[in-house]
Amino acid sequence: MKKFWIALFMLVPILALWSCYVAPERGWWFPGTTGPYGGEAASPMGRRIDDLFYMILAITTVTFIGTQLALGYVLWTGARRGDAGSGEKAWFSHGSHNLEVIWSIVPAGILLFIALYQMDVVAAIRFKSEFPEQVQNRPLAEVTARQFEWRIRYPGFDANGNLLPLMADPQPTDLYAVNDLRLPAAQPVMINLRTDDVQHAFFLPELRVKQDAVPGLTIPVWFEADRADEFTLLCAELCGWGHYKMRARFVALREPDFLQYLRDLQAQQDYDGVPDAADEE
Amino acid sequence: MSSISSTATGSHGSSVHDHVQGHDLTHGHGHGHGHGQSFISKYVFSTDHKVIGIQFLCTTLLMLIVGGALALGVRWQLAWGMETMPFFGLLFKTEGGQISPDFYTMLFTMHATVMIFLVIIPVLAGAFGNFLIPLMIGADDMAFPVLNMLSYWFMWPAIGFFGLSFLSAGYGAAAGWTSYPLLSALAEAAPGSGWAQNWWLIGLTFVGVSSMMGSVNYMTTIINMRAPGMTLFRMPLTIWAMFITAILQAFALPVLTAAGFMLVADRLLGTCFFIPAGIIVNNADPTVGGGQPLLWQHLFWFYSHPAVYIMLLPAMGMVSDMLSCMARKPIFGYKPMVYSMAAIAGLGFIVWGHHMFTSGMNPALGMTFMVSTVMIALPSAVKVFNWIGTLWGGRLEFNTVLLNSVAFVSMFIIGGLSGIFMAAVPVDIYIHDTYFIVAHFHYVLFGATLFGVFGAIQFWYPKMFGRMMSERIGKLHFLLTFIGFNGTFFPMHLLGVAGMPRRYANPYMYPYLNHLLDMNQFMTVCAILMGLAQFLLLGNFLFSLKFGTPCGRNPWNANGLEWAAPSPPGHGNFDVPPICYRGPYEYSSPGAPEGEDHWMQTDPRGKGWKPPAEH
Ligand code: HEM
Ligand SMILES: [Cu+2]
Ligand SMILES: [Cu+2]
Repeated sequence: MKKFWIALFMLVPILALWSCYVAPERGWWFPGTTGPYGGEAASPMGRRIDDLFYMILAITTVTFIGTQLALGYVLWTGARRGDAGSGEKAWFSHGSHNLEVIWSIVPAGILLFIALYQMDVVAAIRFKSEFPEQVQNRPLAEVTARQFEWRIRYPGFDANGNLLPLMADPQPTDLYAVNDLRLPAAQPVMINLRTDDVQHAFFLPELRVKQDAVPGLTIPVWFEADRADEFTLLCAELCGWGHYKMRARFVALREPDFLQYLRDLQAQQDYDGVPDAADEE
Repeated sequence: MSSISSTATGSHGSSVHDHVQGHDLTHGHGHGHGHGQSFISKYVFSTDHKVIGIQFLCTTLLMLIVGGALALGVRWQLAWGMETMPFFGLLFKTEGGQISPDFYTMLFTMHATVMIFLVIIPVLAGAFGNFLIPLMIGADDMAFPVLNMLSYWFMWPAIGFFGLSFLSAGYGAAAGWTSYPLLSALAEAAPGSGWAQNWWLIGLTFVGVSSMMGSVNYMTTIINMRAPGMTLFRMPLTIWAMFITAILQAFALPVLTAAGFMLVADRLLGTCFFIPAGIIVNNADPTVGGGQPLLWQHLFWFYSHPAVYIMLLPAMGMVSDMLSCMARKPIFGYKPMVYSMAAIAGLGFIVWGHHMFTSGMNPALGMTFMVSTVMIALPSAVKVFNWIGTLWGGRLEFNTVLLNSVAFVSMFIIGGLSGIFMAAVPVDIYIHDTYFIVAHFHYVLFGATLFGVFGAIQFWYPKMFGRMMSERIGKLHFLLTFIGFNGTFFPMHLLGVAGMPRRYANPYMYPYLNHLLDMNQFMTVCAILMGLAQFLLLGNFLFSLKFGTPCGRNPWNANGLEWAAPSPPGHGNFDVPPICYRGPYEYSSPGAPEGEDHWMQTDPRGKGWKPPAEH
């Protein structure tokens, strides 16, 4: 029976490692289809986040296997000592000062390394001063969450057809869309994130972007999609019964396509219902 | 025994104890072992810490069933959301038995509420804290018995108010156990944000008051009422853990209580602590505003992060005691164990921001919270190493107590390691509010704490009731729970990495999550298995009351003071006032009396010991 219990405990690391090993091929891993490990992030910053994840995964896996094996070993030897007929007594020891020092200092060093290693990525994602030059103070859209949809406001064009800057307050020239965020691909872009009602969170899983939308705050968020493609946008902060259905898409477009999209939006918005002879093709 | 007063605290302590012991002798027998008390004052409004502890234990086991049923509702929805939900489906006859999304949000909110505030916190501090503290330090009762009784009876209004919440519109509060405003602040925000939320907040306040009364009592009792010779560093780790937990509660709880009142005021009195201006929810009038929703998050987590350790430390202490006893070996590194608990508690106060990495708070603040959070894994690691060290070279008894305690260590390793991922801000940005978080806290709260509690029930049951629980059923319960637990919760890590958000009534409407349905169904099957297995525990608990093998004072050959008292101890606990001669972990000591592998703290015999002349 003792062997059975030890086997049960050792099954934990075995099955844990097995399930992580087969996870990518079974789709139990990062979303997306590219990349050798299942989903690879679709943004440069996303890949840096993934790299940090794998770095921590490597360190924790070694620790995990080490501690679980140690546990298995002490159980195994302890079981033998406790067998009927074994006269062996338990080892009378209150501990070891040297071991305590070693297993405090070594993990402390590793943990400190893990923490400090994250710093520049944190700064790059979150510090406004570290945002890429192109996006500094140049939001391309305002995304406003509300129960249970995403409203998007783009700046419109001036009389000469040049894209205006996005103003903090709505302008007559602004363009609107719902649940459909389109921005240029292959370059950093920034949005201003707001909410009209309760708290929500802007989550682009394929790009590893997440930011809460907090009532009363306007929060700039920047990201960069590698390629022109369609991605999922969803809500990651409980916002009421319809939280699960704040489904939207983020479409990354080549720059000319993006401008064309805005022009189409403008045309739609300006459409007065009177058929224009020139428009019919 | 020259070491009785070898330290300053020790000598100070023992003078206090002499006084207490005198109290024991003069009043102990005056209580007359409870004779002549009415049934009501003996079993209902009892001031006896043992009765109160057992009352807490029974109440929390009952609540465990309630919380478990709510959890199975959640799991059912995630596996077979399109089909009639058993039991809860009856409420939704008109919708064909399919539950509504707002009911689902209520289910996980109330599941967490019940499990955290009515099960885990009161089972550790309330049940085991009450039962064990006076017995383990050799006192006849708590310092303030009436306060102690009140701390139990304040749980019932809490249960009542949470119950009222279920009966209000929306079937209960539904803003998550974290109750972030504005969802929880504006009645129009959700069906469950009306009176259900008010009742929820008031219920929470009662839980807080109950905990606070316990906390004051535990601190006073442990500081003032230790038996002669019970110096601080002779206290079992269970007592250290309870002591540190009580301190945590004393400092963290007022913040939650204040925050709760502020939210109630926002809701009922028109204040705007958490409500900014100009917010329009569901076409209601715009808010007047001026407040800050993030303030709630800071206040809430300032309590709730320390609270997660309130939900763990006592179990850590009890598991240490159980492992040492079942390995017949002293604790490896007693003092490092104490210091690491203190470090966890201390660091626990400066890490709360790790729940807010994506909240929009100042990112520089996020960096400091990241460093402190990563570092809190250090004392946790030291504890794990010392537990393994305790087993190392032991002579193990493979009983239910050992199995549950080893499961505690093994599961805590997983929960602690997953914490490191989330402590790293960039990684957390991705996995925050996904199932990875859910995996993490179930590994620590269920995997660690609850397995610890299962072990502790088996271990101290003989002291509570004078009978042993069945080993056979205990092992079967352990086996099924362990398999069910890992089958339910390990896959959640993978779901989290796959980006599945938590708190979604239907994640499968997203193409990138669609294929995860199979895995969720597997998890629900495991959860049902685990749920059913708890009836074995309950059955064992009740069955053994009558049919368990009667036991003597010390069925495990353990060392603690509690094992010197009769099983069950009478009113006033000890028939012979205990004197403590040594630390609690002298198993297999060469100094122990011939032929014994344990050496009780109360045992005066030892090297150079001569029977005293008088007596
Ligand atoms: C090794 C030490 C630990 C570290 C580094 C750690 C880290 C974290 C972090 C960073 C989060 C926030 C994740 C997020 O929401 O994005 C978190 C959540 C949580 N942790 Fe831990 N943790 C540790 C141990 C524990 C322990 C021992 C417990 C309880 C006994 C615990 C209970 C929780 C709970 C309940 C939550 C989730 C609360 C919620 O959002 O509903 N953690 N942990
Ligand atoms: Cu939401
Ligand atoms: Cu925390």
